[in-house]
Amino acid sequence: MAELNAKIPSGPLAGKWTQYKDHQNLVNPTNKRKLDIIVIGTGLGGASAAASLGEMGFNVKIFCYQDSPRRAHSIAAQGGINAAKNYPNDGDSIYRLFYDTIKGGDYRSRESNVYRLAEVSNNIIDQCVAQGVPFAREYGGSLENRSFGGALVSRTFFARGQTGQQLLLGAYGALSRQLKLGTVKLFNRHEMQDLVIIEGKARGIIARDLVNGKLERHFGHAVVFATGGYGNVFYLSTNAMGSNVSACWQVFKKGAYFANPCFTQIHPTCIPVHGDYQSKLTLMSESLRNDGRIWVPKSKEDAEKHRKRLIKAKDIKEEDRDYYLERRYPAYGNLVPRDVASRAAKERCDAGHGVGDTGLAVFLDFEESIKRLGKHVIEERYGNLFQMYEKIMDENPYENPMLIYPAAHYAMGGIWVDYELMTTIPGLYALGEANFSDHGANRLGASALMQGLADGYFVLPYTIQNYLAGEIRIPRMATDKPEFEEAEKRVKDRIRQLMEVKGNKSVDHFHKELGKIMWEYVGMARNEAGLKKAIELIRALRAEFWKDVRIPGSADELNPELEKAGRVADFLEMGELLAFDALNRNESCGGHFREEYQTNEGECLRNDQDYMYVAAWEYLKEGEFQLHKEPLKYEEIEVKQRIYK
Amino acid sequence: MRLTLKIWKQKDSHSKGKFVNYSLDAISPNCSFLEMLDILNEQLIRQNEEPVAFDHDCREGICGTCSLYINGRPHGPDDAVTTCQLHMRKFKDGDIIVIEPWRAKPFPVVKDLIVDRSAFDKIIQEGGYISVLTGGAAEANQILVSKTNAELSMDAAACIGCGACVAACKNASAMLFVSAKVSHLGLLPQGRIEAKDRVKKMVAMMDTMGFGNCTNTYACEAECPKLISRSNIARMNREFICAKVI
Amino acid sequence: MNSSFLHFSSITKKIWMALLGLFLMLFLVVHLGINLCLLRDDGGKWFRAAAHFMGTNYIVKIFEVVLFGGFIFHILLGIILQLKNWLSRPVRYKVTNKTPTPFLSKYMIYTGAIVLTFLIIHLFNFFFIKFGWVSTHVPALDDKEPDFLGVTRYLFSQPAYSIFYIALIIGLGFHLYHAFQAAFQTLGLDHKTYTPFITGFGIFFAIVIPLGYIIIPLYFLI
Repeated sequence: MAELNAKIPSGPLAGKWTQYKDHQNLVNPTNKRKLDIIVIGTGLGGASAAASLGEMGFNVKIFCYQDSPRRAHSIAAQGGINAAKNYPNDGDSIYRLFYDTIKGGDYRSRESNVYRLAEVSNNIIDQCVAQGVPFAREYGGSLENRSFGGALVSRTFFARGQTGQQLLLGAYGALSRQLKLGTVKLFNRHEMQDLVIIEGKARGIIARDLVNGKLERHFGHAVVFATGGYGNVFYLSTNAMGSNVSACWQVFKKGAYFANPCFTQIHPTCIPVHGDYQSKLTLMSESLRNDGRIWVPKSKEDAEKHRKRLIKAKDIKEEDRDYYLERRYPAYGNLVPRDVASRAAKERCDAGHGVGDTGLAVFLDFEESIKRLGKHVIEERYGNLFQMYEKIMDENPYENPMLIYPAAHYAMGGIWVDYELMTTIPGLYALGEANFSDHGANRLGASALMQGLADGYFVLPYTIQNYLAGEIRIPRMATDKPEFEEAEKRVKDRIRQLMEVKGNKSVDHFHKELGKIMWEYVGMARNEAGLKKAIELIRALRAEFWKDVRIPGSADELNPELEKAGRVADFLEMGELLAFDALNRNESCGGHFREEYQTNEGECLRNDQDYMYVAAWEYLKEGEFQLHKEPLKYEEIEVKQRIYK
Repeated sequence: MRLTLKIWKQKDSHSKGKFVNYSLDAISPNCSFLEMLDILNEQLIRQNEEPVAFDHDCREGICGTCSLYINGRPHGPDDAVTTCQLHMRKFKDGDIIVIEPWRAKPFPVVKDLIVDRSAFDKIIQEGGYISVLTGGAAEANQILVSKTNAELSMDAAACIGCGACVAACKNASAMLFVSAKVSHLGLLPQGRIEAKDRVKKMVAMMDTMGFGNCTNTYACEAECPKLISRSNIARMNREFICAKVI
Repeated sequence: MNSSFLHFSSITKKIWMALLGLFLMLFLVVHLGINLCLLRDDGGKWFRAAAHFMGTNYIVKIFEVVLFGGFIFHILLGIILQLKNWLSRPVRYKVTNKTPTPFLSKYMIYTGAIVLTFLIIHLFNFFFIKFGWVSTHVPALDDKEPDFLGVTRYLFSQPAYSIFYIALIIGLGFHLYHAFQAAFQTLGLDHKTYTPFITGFGIFFAIVIPLGYIIIPLYFLI
């Protein structure tokens, strides 16, 4: 059993990162050329890491399943990126960003990592501006900020509603530059299938060329994972259709620990579900809550009438509206963190106040803002979101309030990493959403972009050298070693197994079924009985999958059904771990809400005594996991109940 | 809704393709176009037939993966949307829908409706970036950008690289795509330093890849899901002349 | 820059197209000026004077060569660009493109071909007569100068020829309709305030110039 040593540098919190950098090992330029690094994923974390490592002189190979690195799902982030620049002079500081992030995460994240994140946040903005990211500007030409959930200051930088896109294109540009220079080699339409471990260290991968189905072996002195989150375990989520847990799941099975899988974020402002053919839920940026007010009808009768399309939102008088977030949380109002806003919406809908055809929706209303600021201001701020809403819902949000409902969005949990972002497998690193490190039990808005880029530009390029400095004597290995052989055979076998089931049901059928189980029992509110039932149902579904799935075509061609099958097979195992972890955590915190543990007012009831730890799971065999605890120590921060009232 | 689909099927880049007819019943008008194709594929799998391969990922109109030339229009009959944002309410009951892949020499078909757009990546690699090393950046607010230019730059930067401009252009020209990147960076002070080199190299690669010439039909602008303006093409032409002459 | 224009980059070719196009438009204006002299009821005095000037002035003669070069270069570039454009989409779409675009913009090569046809006929009628390569039914005024006025009157008095002439001029109008603002776009001369004016003026130009040319056969016919 590997020792859970987070390798946090000693010394006072504010000096840890400097202290680390001052004393870490480095690799000299001539040796960098001799070292190969494999990066999986081309999102913010992967692209920025590959570009930075390439610049430094390492040989980098980067893989993505998409046709171009620019399509990674970081691109879909809308709202913005946080940094402690304090440009608006509203009292922000590195400490405050750090504090807000820890508090927002409900005291379940590692202090040292979060502090480092806040510390490098300012460098990210500098870097991105230099790359030409067209952030919003004030009339004087300086950068503009806006406020976001969970903060009392305006520290969010943004590029309209497409911040993720612009940041990713910046990183993609940096990556493209290295591709041209030849320091990085791109393998697009390639999916990582398995990790190759030689003498206990990560030494390469098996990848499948998705166009012709050929399996390839790639060697690396180190392997970096930037493969994103597992939100698609819920089937309907705001993630891209291809987002998956497979890469992480393969390394989990090979000894990397999976931390806090039950910490999943349900985003409060998404377009509600409208039919069972639906494949995807669309997010409406959290920034909308800056100017939009969330409400439901005070009376159930009005809600009922709206469900039956007898009345419109406009017909409900001001005094008959319940602005429940403003009522319950006067200090933060509509800008409470995501977990709080999501649960409050669910609570109102469960109580019979939900609107829309299904009753699973609340209003997000801009009427007052339009009156106050004028339609053009709202259009300038959120034009593209309003347009997107209208295209999907066929209703004009300038005239009628938006209908929104929470949806699975982000995974705070992920592969366990230490301070250096290394997993429990030496030489294997995890960045961004793929790791668990910075967001605790709940992520604040505009922090995911910050983390992805912090890890990729400013953390990993340092910490990986500390490891690689010890690898300079290891020559590039041939890929005909038995370990490569064996890994490839395992992948081949699994693909053959999948193809040979030849059952009657499509992959999507199983994915949808899994999603229903996960949303029902392991979604926004969980309880012991439900979780136990979920585990049973998932096991049964998994067994059925391996008996009855049908994958048309063959394995040696472009076969989207086969790709999906591999991913769903892993989700069917991962979902169980998620439920397992949720069952283990007998408390409510952040995105993890156990109905048994709540205050009289329906707020999260944490149990710091017993659960102030990172739950890192080790894979034993299918359906069996061993828990390892990494206790969380708060030296700088006083742990309090999280109050946004 | 009842629909008849005529879809291009092609096993791989070496094979010859053909149109295959499919029919679908009971499609909800609230269904998105790609969800309609999901339903078709589900039906095909049940009938033990080969499903239709098409590119898609984010399904919210930002990743630029989805394509499809639908009834003579890239991204279908709706304006300012990608195919994944197109909804079936834009069609009528009983419609015949012809679905083709993007057609252009630099975009070879990979399978069915999937094409290879790596030519776009190649163009970006020639200079669609600002050469700055990680960690070497100055304090962000030292670079001031006028609000007007920041907005114009953002307008151009909104390009998702889907290739609809190429698909729509009668000449399969990539001018809108290339000019969007040239404009995005050229409008910012930090992008001016490499501006001349950038435009020359990117245009050269665009030609090498085999894209056609711009003949100012503005079909690109009309089909761009992100409403990128043709004035970017004019800007690129301007930059190109300056780079060559001055 | 590569010396052979075949190796010009796509934009360089386009810029030459635009510059030459604008130059040729200027020529159209000058030519129309001379043609309109025909309308004067002075027994062809002005027209003859203009024709004489054009036929004998040395600067005009130099420009004649430039003009010829311009035409040839414009046409050759047009053909080269078009071939490249066709090659850029080896597999065509089954459904014709339905993207809403300015109608005439897609048919520049065809309207260009009409203009070329016109040009060839024009050359037959005037230059070849001038050089004595083609005989005419109208006797020359003296040994040196052919009687252009006579030729003009003779040709336009034939309704078939006039209708043909008018049809081709309308083709020229179609060509110009797109060409004017497109040339500015290609040269990068795009501006929030001025572009609408340029577009408007382009349309005006594409209507007025052909109209000017059309008036003449009508005048002779009626």
